[in-house]
Order: sequence, then structure tokens, then C-alpha cells
Amino acid sequence: MRSATAIIIGAGHSGLAMSWHLTARSIDHVVLERGEIAHSWRTERWDSLRLLTPNWQSRLPGHGYAGADRDGFMTMPEVVHFLQRYAEVSRAPVIPGVRVTRVRQDAEGYELSTSQGGWRCRQLVIASGACNLASVPSLSAGLPTKVASLTPMQYRRPDLLPDGGVMIVGASASGVQLAREIQAAGRRVVLSVGEHVRMPRTYRGRDIQWWMDAIGAMDLRYDAAENIERARRLPSPQLVGTPERATVDLNSLRQAGVELVGRLAGLRDGKAQFSGSLANVCALADLKMNRLLAAIDAWVTASGLEQRFAAPHRPAPTVVGAGTKLSLDLIAEGIATVIWATGYRPDYSWLDVPVLDRHGRIRHDGGVVAAPGLYVMGLPFMRRRKSSFIDGAAGDAADLAAHLHQSLDRAAA
Amino acid sequence: MTANNSTATQVKNGVNVEALLGAREALEKAPEAAQFKWRASCEWLNGTHSRSTIGKFFGLGAEQSRDTTFTVEADHPKVFASEDHAPTPVELVLSGLASCLTAGVAAIAQRRGIQLHSVKATLEADMDIQGILGIDDDVRNGFGAIRVHFDIRADADEDDIKALVAQSQKRSAVFDIITNPTAVFVTVN
Ligand SMILES: Cc1cc2nc3c(=O)[nH]c(=O)nc-3n(C[C@H](O)[C@H](O)[C@H](O)COP(=O)(O)OP(=O)(O)OC[C@H]3O[C@@H](n4cnc5c(N)ncnc54)[C@H](O)[C@@H]3O)c2cc1C
Repeated sequence: MRSATAIIIGAGHSGLAMSWHLTARSIDHVVLERGEIAHSWRTERWDSLRLLTPNWQSRLPGHGYAGADRDGFMTMPEVVHFLQRYAEVSRAPVIPGVRVTRVRQDAEGYELSTSQGGWRCRQLVIASGACNLASVPSLSAGLPTKVASLTPMQYRRPDLLPDGGVMIVGASASGVQLAREIQAAGRRVVLSVGEHVRMPRTYRGRDIQWWMDAIGAMDLRYDAAENIERARRLPSPQLVGTPERATVDLNSLRQAGVELVGRLAGLRDGKAQFSGSLANVCALADLKMNRLLAAIDAWVTASGLEQRFAAPHRPAPTVVGAGTKLSLDLIAEGIATVIWATGYRPDYSWLDVPVLDRHGRIRHDGGVVAAPGLYVMGLPFMRRRKSSFIDGAAGDAADLAAHLHQSLDRAAA
Repeated sequence: MTANNSTATQVKNGVNVEALLGAREALEKAPEAAQFKWRASCEWLNGTHSRSTIGKFFGLGAEQSRDTTFTVEADHPKVFASEDHAPTPVELVLSGLASCLTAGVAAIAQRRGIQLHSVKATLEADMDIQGILGIDDDVRNGFGAIRVHFDIRADADEDDIKALVAQSQKRSAVFDIITNPTAVFVTVN
């Protein structure tokens, strides 16, 4: 059995950022990766996907975007290249092709079973990703067998879908991006909308991510959040990264021909039933967006920088048609595919340590898991609002590496 | 970014928010106790006139009784050749929605530190009675649409008041019952 002081599971940006900090502290470690570096970006994303965060925001410890298009948005091959390059320059000790199949705790630390033999370590960092599995609601069981059922992890591009209409369930980042692309390919698209987070791509002449960063919203700490459980469950913003910096909101989708319906509430006898709450979820999203824009305006005013930015404005309220459908006969209306853009969750099926709550979520305090020497990275709002973004790894990895180092020292003393 | 973080004790809307928050915290730890069963029974009187009785319910892990057993009557108006002793069942549903949303507005205002002066909800629902009369099977029996209008006077700006109303819908049981399908099982002995 091989051993290291610390083991990191996963060579995505989270694992690589952690590795950089452990190297900086001369802590002997390896990064075990079931595929290759940036495996998720290589294998689990659709063809046209670009980051929704601008290039300048791909900041990792000791590494950043160095190209000419700082305000552009990386394609998947570019993300893969960026992370590969990071692993090279930081000399991350990645061992590819090693899938961790079981983790057990013992007196000295952790024992790992993998596809390539056993490993032991004193400290273990779980950086295996927050989006390993697509969450699909249990009501999907009622879908007629004639209708194809896909998740965004399986979707690649419109022409691979069966002929016919497409119903997309979920209107967060993945759902609105897929609705936009599939509608543009000439398909009929019905988008089922539950609670969502609306944001304009640009505001007062800057990218919305620039503003969120500038006003400190992305740095809000988990122990300062008003209701951290709710903040962690917040859906991703309706944003897309395109060269023309397009805003993708429900109004723009409707204008493009996408049919908006309420949250999917039931599937019975081949009919989809939608909640009548569409007007309210849109009102909530508009109010929250305007509150964010007001916070930006207040920041500009307080810093006396009004002259530097364009004038404030408010995007038009979301239009909810009076004729919104409450039910849809999938077969009769020719809906051939349903895509469940209903969120993602981590996979801990290999983790044999009692640290999961009754919902299967890992119990942690800012990434410090409730078992000695165990850490997790990359979860939504883990230590800061930006924790699950590429830009969030630097701060989180620095904090957790310091914690890990200290507890090693304590054990040695 | 939250509009109002002022403490709840500064305003008097008559809602004990601390107790509600305490209950939420307790129930997060003991989700079994959060399983409630609400009950009602109904007895036919004469014509379309009936009387419902609302008393005991189950919650917090035990049968709960209350000081009063309430009765609510229902009937139909004279245009349906009835005697109009009481509101129709569908009007009771509307009033259920109105009072659920109004209670929500008060509770959320208390929590957000917003002093209310008056809250008035006006509701109107469309119904094409060809459905219930069996004239046209394509017409649904229930409401085609419900419009709720709130008039609220409070120490808060327009957006904060809109946010109260939106949040109250998000948390309302009756709003959910009306907007989402529910399985209904009816038996006879
Ligand atoms: C559709 C989509 C779009 C996104 N867009 C953006 C964006 O624009 N900007 C942004 O900042 N963030 C974005 N994110 C969020 C986030 O940055 C990604 O989820 C990112 O991949 C998370 O990085 P990570 O290193 O934490 O996990 P991952 O990149 O998922 O890395 C985890 C690694 O662990 C490996 N692994 C998993 N299980 C095992 C095992 N048992 N044994 C060994 N190895 C294992 C995986 O193969 C993978 O390589 C997006 C996420 C999704 C799903």
C-alpha cells in the first residue's frame, strides 16, 4: 500500500489549487484523478458551453489568465488547456487514471481503495467536484417512455436530439443556455420556470461579475451570511458567456420564441402539469435583481465614482403572459425530449466515513469536515459566496491548507 | 443586500416571530414533529346548505385540541336556485387564500422590521360555469384565473412592500394548494 501525508481526490481547479498550497508548504501529497486533469470539463459539458465568468476571473493561486481577451469567456477546450497548463507550471503531483472507490477512516488517518491499489494518508482533501451527478426530481418517473429523458451532462448539441419539441425543466444557468441554443436551432422549446436568479450580463458599462467582485458580494463569508443554508441552495444565475455579451433572461427567451411555463408540478397520463406560481417567481427574481443593482448604485455613489460609469438603469420587468399554460399533453404536442436542468450534486457513494447528513450532504464548517484531517473543496458558498467558482478556490485553498498544516504540526508536537 | 435587517421588536404587527423562528429551529432537529394532519368534516343541512366543523388536528407528534370547535357554513346564491344562507365553497377557498396571504404579509413584515398600518386584499376569480354544469368538457370546473390585489400602507418603500407580498406567496400553504396539483382520495362506506 502506497502512502502520502496528504491526498487530494480530484484534479479539477479545486484540487490543483489545494495542491499548489500544499506544495508551497512542503507538505508531501498526491492528487488522485479518475480521468485526466480537468476531467469534468472534458467529458461532462455540452459542446458549445463557455464559462459564464470572464477570463480575468479565472484566477488561481500563482496563476491567471494571460491572453489578450480578458473580458472574453473561455470555451471548454480553452478551460481544459488552462488547467493543464496550471498543473504543469505548478508541478502538481497528479496521478491520472486512478478512481477512488472507497475511503475508510482508521486511527492514523484514511485508507483509500482505488482502481490502482490502496493508498493511505493522514490528511484527505475531497476535491471531487460539486456537480458529479445531475439532480432529477422523483416526479420524472411519470414521464411517458416515448419521450427521451436527458440531463445537461448527457446533452451535447441540438442536432443529436430526437426530432420534435423539447421541454427543458429548470431556468437557471444550464436551463436558459440550453433553451437559447435549442430554440435557435429551430426546435420548439418549452421552458419550465421555478425560482431563479435574474442578472443582466452588463450593467453601467461593466460585466455583472465585475460589479459583484467590486462591491465585495462574491467575498461574503459563510459565517457572515444571514441564512447560510438558504444561500447554499440558491440556484445559479441566468447568465451565458458569449462573444457578444448577450443577456439571457426570460424576456429575451420569450422574444426568441421560447414558451415559458411554471414550475413542473406533476406528470400524469402523459400530461405535464405546471404550477400557477410563474408570475410570483418572476416577481421575486425581478425584485432581487433590482436590489443587487441598487446595491451597485449605492457602492458607486459612496465611492464618488459616478463619472466613471454609465448611468444607472433598470431592465424591463419580466413579462408573464396571461395565457400561460398550466398543462401540456407531451405526446399530442410532439414533445420528444425532456431535459432536466434541475441542478447538480456531488457523488459521495465511495465515502465510507459518517459525515453525511440525512440529505446526503457533507457536514462541514467552511470546508473543515466533521472528521479529523478531512477537508472538502468547491462546494456552493463553502467559505465564501464564490467558493464553487474557479475564482473562489484561491482563498478557500489558502485557508484550508493553513488549517491542515496547523493540525499536522499539532499532531507532530 | 437585504433591505431590512432591523430587529423585529421595533415594530408591532402583533405577530410573535420569535416563537415562529424558535419552532422552525426546533423542527429542523425533529422533522417528525413537523408532520401535521388537518381535518374537517361536513354535514348536509338542506338544499345546498351545509355546515363544516373544524376541531382537533394532529401535530408536534400528538393529537391537539383547541378551545373552540369552529363551524363554517356554505350554501349557494339564489341565482342557482339556492337559499343563500352562506358563502359558496369556492368563495371560502378565495377567502382562505386571502387570509393565508395576509397572515404571511404580517409575519414577514414583522420579521423584516416593517411597521404595517393597513393591509387589504381584494380577490376576484374567473369561472366559466359551463364546466360544472357539464355543458362543455373542455372547460375546467375550477377557476380559470385568480387575481389578488393588495393595498398596503406601511413604513417601507414600494419595492420592500412588493417583496413582502412576493415572499408571502412563496411561503403560503393555500397559494401552493391552489397553484399545484394535489392527489385527492375520496372513499365511501
Ligand atoms: C455546466 C457548468 C458550468 C459551469 N460554469 C462555470 C463558470 O463559468 N465559471 C466558474 O467559475 N465555474 C463554473 N462552474 C462551476 C465549477 O467551476 C465547476 O463545477 C468546476 O468543475 C468545479 O471544479 P472542481 O475542481 O471543484 O470540481 P471538478 O472540476 O468536477 O473536478 C473534480 C475532479 O475529481 C475527479 N473525481 C471525482 N470523483 C473521483 C474519484 N472517486 N476518484 C478520483 N477522481 C475523482 C473528477 O474526475 C474531476 O476531474 C460550472 C459548472 C457546471 C456544471
